[in-house]
Amino acid sequence: MAKLSNDSIIGRLNTRFEGRFDQIEASYGLLTIETGKEDILDVLEFLKTDGELQFGYLTDITAVHYPDLAKEFAVVYHLHSLVNNVRIRIKVFLDGAYPAIPTATVLWNGANWMERETYDFFGIQFIGHPDLRRILNVDDMEAFPMRKEYPLEDPNRMDKKDYFFGR
Amino acid sequence: MSDIKMAEAPPGIQGSGFFATSLDKAIGLARANSLWPLPFATSCCGIEFMATMAATYDAGRFGMERNSFSPRQADMLMVMGTIAKKMAPVLRQVYSQMAEPRWVIAVGACASSGGIFDTYSVLQGIDEIIPVDVYVPGCPPRPEAILDGVMRLQEIVKNEPLNRRQTPEYKALLEKYGFHTNG
Amino acid sequence: MSDSVSKIKLTSNKPIYIDNDPQDELFTLNLGPTHPATHGVFQNVLQVDGERIVSGVSTIGYIHRAFEKIAERRAYYQITTLTDRLNYCSSPINNMGWHMTVEKLLEIELPKRVQYMRVIIMELSRIADHIICNGILGVDTGTFAGFIPMMVKREFIYEIFEEICGARLTTNIGRIGGFERDFNEVAFAKIRQFVKEFPAVLKEFEALLDRNRIFIDRTSGVAAVDPETALSYSWSGPILRATGVDYDVRANEPYSSYEEFDFEVPVGTNGDVYDRFLVRNHEMWQSLRIIEQALAKIEKEPKGVFHADVPDFYLPPKEQVYNNMEALIYHFKIVMGEIDAPKKELYHSVEGANGELGFYLISDGGRSPYRLHFRRPSFINYQMYAPMSSGMLLSDAIINMSSLNVIAGELDA
Repeated sequence: MAKLSNDSIIGRLNTRFEGRFDQIEASYGLLTIETGKEDILDVLEFLKTDGELQFGYLTDITAVHYPDLAKEFAVVYHLHSLVNNVRIRIKVFLDGAYPAIPTATVLWNGANWMERETYDFFGIQFIGHPDLRRILNVDDMEAFPMRKEYPLEDPNRMDKKDYFFGR
Repeated sequence: MSDIKMAEAPPGIQGSGFFATSLDKAIGLARANSLWPLPFATSCCGIEFMATMAATYDAGRFGMERNSFSPRQADMLMVMGTIAKKMAPVLRQVYSQMAEPRWVIAVGACASSGGIFDTYSVLQGIDEIIPVDVYVPGCPPRPEAILDGVMRLQEIVKNEPLNRRQTPEYKALLEKYGFHTNG
Repeated sequence: MSDSVSKIKLTSNKPIYIDNDPQDELFTLNLGPTHPATHGVFQNVLQVDGERIVSGVSTIGYIHRAFEKIAERRAYYQITTLTDRLNYCSSPINNMGWHMTVEKLLEIELPKRVQYMRVIIMELSRIADHIICNGILGVDTGTFAGFIPMMVKREFIYEIFEEICGARLTTNIGRIGGFERDFNEVAFAKIRQFVKEFPAVLKEFEALLDRNRIFIDRTSGVAAVDPETALSYSWSGPILRATGVDYDVRANEPYSSYEEFDFEVPVGTNGDVYDRFLVRNHEMWQSLRIIEQALAKIEKEPKGVFHADVPDFYLPPKEQVYNNMEALIYHFKIVMGEIDAPKKELYHSVEGANGELGFYLISDGGRSPYRLHFRRPSFINYQMYAPMSSGMLLSDAIINMSSLNVIAGELDA
């Protein structure tokens, strides 16, 4: 089967979402589109169910923190069309004060833990998620450790204090 | 001819029909050569432990043939792998369930000191929560190193006085870690 | 069901220890996190009716080590040590997946010989991983006999790794741009010896279990998953292929010259434990085929090439650093992070032993990634475990966990 080109994917998306997604780039051949949190579920559902595109496989959901941007968080979806053997990346930028986005668990069961992990690390609320709680870190943790301001090392450690080293 | 190597008898007085030695030494000998390990394997070092127990390295030669997954019937707690802070209470509970006398080997860099994972989620060495007898370095240690750690522990066990577990020093050690002994 | 049971919230993250009501049919069983049958730190709080599981909830994160956070503070070449400890049963695949990701970012093209060398190492570690999984599956279903000879061969794979890089398990094998040193003659001889000797052991192992009535009774039809469910849970790797989906990154998006090799992607039909076992066994045969082809291909390539000629990114040998000004400058630049990485982002994936191992890397041009996310197959595969356990016998759930081959390091990152 001929490989689906990035242009034809965009053309197909334009038939329904003209003007509702933007910032298209394709570094290393992987098409990246950006959309808003109002449209993300529609876009994902369209990509999944469209007879031509068939992006039926959710590879991954994660997030990135950009403290310097106006919209601090980017939620990143990687989809894969096993039939056409082509991938696509979808980004949604979210507001830093209350980052929230609709859940993708309605489309894929596998999104459950991926979203829980993203919540655990970044504190992004997935609205409608059946069971949104911490997954990897301890329950009583208050911070979201993958945010850039959170230190890597344990802030409570005693043996690294400066006065031990004469500083 | 059998190749079975017997444990050497402790120093004592031998005559016709009797052999006298101190109770400490006789019991130490028995304990040292039948240490039952409790493998608390969490990550990479656990795979090397698997190799240690398998045919090539055969840890059974050192009297640790029987892995005891129940803490009540184990003498030697082998902590292998990273202990995250989430895991720490579990490890403490397992230690507290073990009957005296009990020994602990911290296998690998993570169990000994946190290793390369100096992060918010990893316990920086299990000696923050339980007392440790032998540390085995390596990331992960080779099976030979694990066996060496066991043999060092055997030396400790052989030479441990019988009343050590009743001494105030030992009780103070446990108190320091928050384990309360009665009496 | 009495009121006391229906009040239990299985969504709580805390381990649930309730007083079991003796009048009640159901009781709560805490399996893990250090249960010997789970081969790793997984906790499942199960509600069981006799031996049958009614429902369960998984708790993970017991060895969460914050890989992604560490990766933001480490230089590119230092991250190799982290990838070692993801899936520690097959570290070299992770190492090379990471190297290939960085090479893709830097647009480095590797000489063919290096690519073939990588293929050999990756396939050897795939075999090593499958040996663990299938050997343990044999142990869990009641036979220790298959496990021991397979483990002996696994030790031999470790010897090969040791010959090449000096380490057994967490190998840190290779560098960005190739290998740290060439395979020596002993290493090649040992690889050839392995390819020659392993088939007999594998054949014996298959003869022991493939048509063994007890083994089939224990595994066939257990935890059968249909392809739609597997795909909706984003499964990948041997367990997905056991359901009949022929998705293998090596075939779909060939990397490291996999497109030149002749191999099959074995698929199952039922998606049950037995099929997963067979798929893994067949993959070992295919890996052997690939290694044989790679050995033949290496013969035809110029000898002594073991890295790409990219002094900007490939750490020079230590002797040169001490004796050669130019090498010292390059060494300094690489270690201090003064190389210019492009400000781009990319996703690269390799076929790990458990499935699609992906690296999502965002570079801001600095010495370390701005963000590095691992798509860890174990994490994604394991989330179906609790839902699929409902209605299963407890003993079946145990062998189901073995056959998923979830590695705790990869699960919790």
